[in-house]
Parts: sequence; structure tokens; C-alpha cells
Amino acid sequence: MDLLLEAVVTGVLLGCFYAAVSIGLSVSFGLLDVPQVAHPAFLVMASYGVFFLNDTYDIDPLLSGVLITPLLFVFGLLAYRLYYETFERRGTDAAVRGIAFFFGVAFIIEVLLIMYFGVDQHSVSASYIGRSWRFGGMRIPLRLMVAFGVATGLTLLLSVYLSRTFMGRAIRAVAQDEEAVRLMGANPVHIKQWAFGIATAVLGVAGALLIIVSPVDPTLDRAYIGRTFCVVVMAGLGSMTGTLIAAIILGVAETIVLTLFGASWAPAISFALLLGVLAVRPQGLLGRR
Amino acid sequence: MKRNAIAFWGASVLFLAAILLSAELVANEYWFFAGYVILQFIVLSVAWTILGGYAGYVNFGTSAFFGVGVYTAVFLVSAVGAPLPVQIAIAAVVGAILGFAVGLLTLRMQGIFFSIATIAITIIIETAVTNWRELGGAAGIQIQRPPVTAPFHTYVQMLVFVQAVLVVISVAIARYMQNSWIGRGLQALRDDELAAECTGVPTLRLKLIACVISGALMCAAGAPAAMYLQYADPASAFNLNYSVSVLAMALIGGTAHWIGPVIGAILLGVTQQVLTVTISSEVNVLVLGVMLVLFVVGAPEGIIGLFKRRRPEGKA
Repeated sequence: MDLLLEAVVTGVLLGCFYAAVSIGLSVSFGLLDVPQVAHPAFLVMASYGVFFLNDTYDIDPLLSGVLITPLLFVFGLLAYRLYYETFERRGTDAAVRGIAFFFGVAFIIEVLLIMYFGVDQHSVSASYIGRSWRFGGMRIPLRLMVAFGVATGLTLLLSVYLSRTFMGRAIRAVAQDEEAVRLMGANPVHIKQWAFGIATAVLGVAGALLIIVSPVDPTLDRAYIGRTFCVVVMAGLGSMTGTLIAAIILGVAETIVLTLFGASWAPAISFALLLGVLAVRPQGLLGRR
Repeated sequence: MKRNAIAFWGASVLFLAAILLSAELVANEYWFFAGYVILQFIVLSVAWTILGGYAGYVNFGTSAFFGVGVYTAVFLVSAVGAPLPVQIAIAAVVGAILGFAVGLLTLRMQGIFFSIATIAITIIIETAVTNWRELGGAAGIQIQRPPVTAPFHTYVQMLVFVQAVLVVISVAIARYMQNSWIGRGLQALRDDELAAECTGVPTLRLKLIACVISGALMCAAGAPAAMYLQYADPASAFNLNYSVSVLAMALIGGTAHWIGPVIGAILLGVTQQVLTVTISSEVNVLVLGVMLVLFVVGAPEGIIGLFKRRRPEGKA
């Protein structure tokens, strides 16, 4: 019973971390309908950026994550521009070729990381990594607590941004009715580009959390395709509250299966949940469509 | 149409005869090892095109079908010592059933949801096989090749011929589908599923047919791979690289005509072999990714799209 309780607590913490790595996809795929299969690859790339700064200049991983955020923002702007010019504007078949395009991009990132950093796992060093707290009989790793705190903050920040600020509301307006936004005299492409930039920029801190929580290797993005898409689809596309709830469900499900059946079943959990949601309730838990 | 059919079957017979003859003439075994991989990719990408090209459903589950084919063969060999043709035939049946199941499960999914679902199916099957102790689990399993029979000197030569037969079969099926009501129906479904449904095209049945045939061919192509490698493990049999390679080959060649994936598979397959031998397998994957992105951005119709403007719409 204690074991199960510990699994649930760890699962909730892990879930908040999953929310942080999925929240960008919730914007780019959930709100903008961009088939962003390269999101996990961008995430792993950000982790390697954090690793590089931490390894060479001994900068704190979270601070490194913040430092690379502007770079990622510009990268996101450019990526969306390319996607828009080559697929969305041409119209036909955007979905089919868009998926292939982002998959190709993910592949290129993976290989470049392998060529530059090698196939080995890498991790960062910071004072809060490796220690753990005790609550009664439970042992909670401090790195997971840090991830939990930062992840919750990041998720709240982004949902406040989307609901309170002018630009955030504009992004949601584009998601609801692009034509109406155009009639109001705004350029939906600019808004979407900005939103995609934001979606990529939050990967800076998310990538830092990823490498804080566990060591990173170049092909880690494949496991996170399941996790991030599971969270976003389960949440109901574009719902920020839903993202947090869905991520916690995934986190708890993963740790419980891990405790009961062992680690060899772990990779299938997120994908099985995702498949279940897609087959039974494609609009997600809190979805409107 | 009639003359085309004669030309097609004539070319097929010539192709198979050339493969048989090469077993006598070519001494260097490497050519057979490389040729096998290229032929295997032709079958896989032609099979991919039936669902991904004709019907417009981007399937990332090629590795699921391929891996199931490999493991069906492994199971049959280790359990009852079944011969190669039986392995392939049963793998095709299993592939058809799996394709049917995938089709049923993904009925309501379109676009990226279908693609993500096929990745999910791949990982779930891989995890199940990894946890299946009798089939070697994560560590993999070794397989003994039986002695080789008459006209061939080595087992790999025979596998090359078998895979060549599969190439002819898959191309013949793709060609037939393209020119029949199935192909036209799938094209209507691809252009506008709702409109097709409304005008009486049996979209559901067509989609299931495409899933079943595509799945059967992919599994059949995977079955001889167990004997080719004499070894199977889940991580490589279900590797997502198969899915991306096959998708890239089909899209680079062009998916509107069966010749597209054949061209794409030969082009990329040869490039990959050359790069793996001369530089490294990382560069090989990098080139694959870059070519996929370049073609998707620059030549959306693939290689056959580049030539289409110059010649009138040709029938197969």
C-alpha cells in the first residue's frame, strides 16, 4: 500500500513535469493545428543546449534553459514561416506532407545530435540533483520536486498569457475562427507565427527540466512522441487546464504500471492511453470539438 | 491497356530470370546482401503507397508490420520448423489480419491522428514482443538457416530471388488496384472523404481493403528478414527507421503511380548502401532526412511529378 501511495505521489509530480514538456505542443498542435511531430525532437535539442551550457560554462541548468529561450523563439518563428510558405499557403495535401516534413526535421535533429554529442546519455550537474526528501516512509527525489515546481509555474504562466494578455487572446481567436480574425483586420499568419514561436520558446525551460529529471540521449524524442501527444490529445486540443489534468493522469498511470509490472512495459503506457483516447473519445477529456 | 499488360508481365519475367541468372554469374556475395535490402524496400514502399499514396493515409506503422512479419517467421521456425514459403504465406495472413484490425481501430481518425495512432500501435506491439520470453525478449533470438536447395549456391541468393518474386507480386497488386475501381475509389476518398462518401463510394470498405493488402505485403516482406539476418530482436525489427525510410522512398519517388515508390526505393536504397559502406550509417540517416525534407518542400509530387509535365498522363 505504501508502495502504491508513493507511486501515486511520484506520478503526480511526474505528471506536472509532463505537462511542462507538452504545453508547447498544446499550443502548436492543439491551437494552431500544425502537425508538429518534431516537438519532442525540439525538446531534446533544447536539453542538449542546456547540457552544453552546463558542461562548458557550468551554468545552472534552469538558468541555461532561460538563456536559450530567445534562440528557440527565433527558431520557432523561422520553422513556422517555412512550414507556412511551403504547405499551408499551397493548401492541398498540407496535412500529409506537413507530417512527413516535421518527421524529416525530427530525424535530422536526431542525427545531428548523434554526430555532435554521440549516442551516449548525458546529464547535468546542479546542487539539487541526486538528493532526496523524506516524508514519513516516502522518499521523493529533490530533482522531481524542482521539476514539479517549475513545471507548474510554467504551465500556469502560459495559461495566464493565453487568457489575459492581448496577444494570448489573439492566438485563441485565430484557433477559433481564422476567417473572423482576418475580417477584423488582423493578420492571422503573424499571430500564428508568434504563437508557434512561443510554443517553441517554452521548450527552453522544459528541456532543462527533461535533463534534470533523467539523463538524455539523442533518440529520447521517440518516447516523448507518445507522452506529449498522449497528453495533448487526452486534454482536448488546446485546453491548458486539460493539459495539466491529462499529464497528471499519464504520470500516475506510468508510475503505477512501473511499480506493479516493471519497467519493460513502460514505453507502451503513453501510447496505449493515446490509442484508447483516440479510439473512444477523440475530442479529449475537456475537448470542445 | 492490353499491350501494357503484356509489356509488364514480360518485364517481370525478364527481371526474375535476370535474378536467377545472376546467381550463376555474380561471384561477390556482397551484391546479394545489398540487393536483398533494396528489393525489400521496394516491396515495403509499394505496399506503403497503396495506403499512403492512393488513399492518402500517412502510415508510420511500417515497422509494426515489418516487425510482425519478422517475428511470425521466427515463431514458425522455432516452434514447428516451417519452411520459408510457409513462413511468408502465414506472415501475409497475419499481416492482413493486423491490417484489418488497424483499419477498424482507426476508422474515425484522419490526417495526423491516423499517423500518431500507427506509431502507437508500433510501440505497443514492440513492447509486447519485448516482454514475450519465448521469442527471446529484449535480448533477441538466433535462428538457424536450413540447407540451401538446388539452383542456388547460397541461402542469401535464394532469399534475393524470393524477395524479387515478392516485388513482382506487390507491384502487380498495386498496378491492378490503381487501374481498377478500387484505385479510383481510393483516389476519391483521398481528395475528399466526405464528398466520396456522399456520392456512394464505399469509403469504409475501400479503406479496409487498402489496410489489409498493404499490411499483408509489408508482413510478407518482413518474413524472410529473419532468415536473412539469422537473428531477430525487437529494437531493430520494430525500429522506426523502417517507417521513415519507407515513407521517404515513397514520397521521393511519388505516390500517384506504382512506379514512384519503385524509383524512390531504388534511388534511396542504393544511396543508403553506398553511404553506409563508404562513410557511416549516421550520415546515411542524415541524408535520408534531408532528402525527405527537400522533396516534400521542393517537389511535392515526387520524381514522377517532375516528369509528368513533359509527358501526357500515362496509364500503367
